[in-house]
Amino acid sequence: MLEIAALSLRVSGVALGISALTGIPVGAFLGLSRFRGRPFLVTLVYTGMGFPPVVIGLFVYLLLSRNGPLAAIESAIIPALFTPGAMVLAQSIIAFPLVAGFTMAAVMGVDAQLHLQARALGATRWQTAVTVLAEARVGVLAAVIAGFGGIISEVGAVMLVGGNIDGRTRVLTTAIVLETRKGNFDLAIALGVILLGLTFVANWALLRLQGKEE
Amino acid sequence: MKKTILAIGLALIIFTGCGQKPSAEPQTLILATTTSTENSGLLEFLLPAFEEEYNAAIDVVAVGTGQALQLGEDGNADVLMVHARSREDEFMAAGHGVRREDLMYNDFVIIGPATDPAGVSGTSDVVAGLQAIAAIEAPFISRGDDSGTHIKELSIWEEAGIAPAGEWYVAAGQGMGAVLTMADEQQAYALTDRATYLARTLEGIDLEIAIEGDPLLFNPYGVIAVNPDKGDHIQADLANTFIDWLISMPTQEMIGEFGIDQFGMPLFTPDSQLWREAEK
Repeated sequence: MLEIAALSLRVSGVALGISALTGIPVGAFLGLSRFRGRPFLVTLVYTGMGFPPVVIGLFVYLLLSRNGPLAAIESAIIPALFTPGAMVLAQSIIAFPLVAGFTMAAVMGVDAQLHLQARALGATRWQTAVTVLAEARVGVLAAVIAGFGGIISEVGAVMLVGGNIDGRTRVLTTAIVLETRKGNFDLAIALGVILLGLTFVANWALLRLQGKEE
Repeated sequence: MKKTILAIGLALIIFTGCGQKPSAEPQTLILATTTSTENSGLLEFLLPAFEEEYNAAIDVVAVGTGQALQLGEDGNADVLMVHARSREDEFMAAGHGVRREDLMYNDFVIIGPATDPAGVSGTSDVVAGLQAIAAIEAPFISRGDDSGTHIKELSIWEEAGIAPAGEWYVAAGQGMGAVLTMADEQQAYALTDRATYLARTLEGIDLEIAIEGDPLLFNPYGVIAVNPDKGDHIQADLANTFIDWLISMPTQEMIGEFGIDQFGMPLFTPDSQLWREAEK
């Protein structure tokens, strides 16, 4: 059971790291710049936020499948199907639009005066972005938390690409599905409580992180 | 809002009313059965002939074997079609059923990659086959979900004197379809029922039957009439007629033909007493 919980945290944690490292800059860029095609990209991100995770799982599955386009390429970066790496890939894709979308919203919510002031004080575009992100940090943190909530509780994609293999790719959510199907409701509920507890602690830790900065 | 619901309700009543035949009200028989008979399409293939001939309507409740027996015990079904011989015998001994007949069997097969790393292809000795697979630790995907198929697999491992464990033995904890997909991706061996495997070959799967024909792999189905003492609503006469019809030679022949045009081989083998005697 500990092993399952640890794998859940590991997979979702790494996926969250990847999506935060990519999603926050993309969100900030979309929130701060004005260019042709921006409305299209924004719509794309918002669509991604509501995209069913299981469809992303299907997409990653087909990508990594033995007959899939990536199968022929032997590379350390491309994970194999039914491994934690494949689950991380799927969850990163699921969390990315959540992080990017909420970051964008947070950045756009920052008073426009701030950019102007920063620019007037001689800040470069890069410095301006960092200033605005710092100002919007509550919203950015909410973006990261939303991303985490979206993937730690997700079951469809990890079931498809991970395969729920005992001792290798079984995480809390897929274990709950299995135990419920077996009729082991007690165990399923216990796993559910663990999942709830983990999510609570993770969110609390993220909020504490923010609290310290202030 | 309320008006809309009312209108929809009325429309439904009218439409369903229109669908009914004006002729004599057919008698309804409730058949509790396992998902395998329903999903394979066998019942859809067989039942219309009976319904036509006897002006009956058969309501199929497709559940697991355990639940089907429970439905019978509670008097919520008239006839049961299940595959768990020991449980069926207990059911009869407890007086919940009044008649049990052998009906048919289907079988499990061990499927594996065409390359056949364990060299088991073409054998019919499943115990030796599993021993060979375990000896070279060729990947094997197990249901690992306490299903009937999983329990069957475990019983054969036990027969082989092996407690499968290690990197090569993958407990998927998923349904048959997912396990076949996984075996295909990993080019691994797996135990599957023939019907699910054949259905998947139509969608393209690179696995072949490695081991088949061992009596250990047979999966016999029985049909049981529920004891009419459970209540006046139990259709004892129609249930008897239905069972007579199921085990009769023409129906048994239909069972033996089912699946040939689609899969090139039958999914079920007829096995009623009448059939067995005729085959001798």
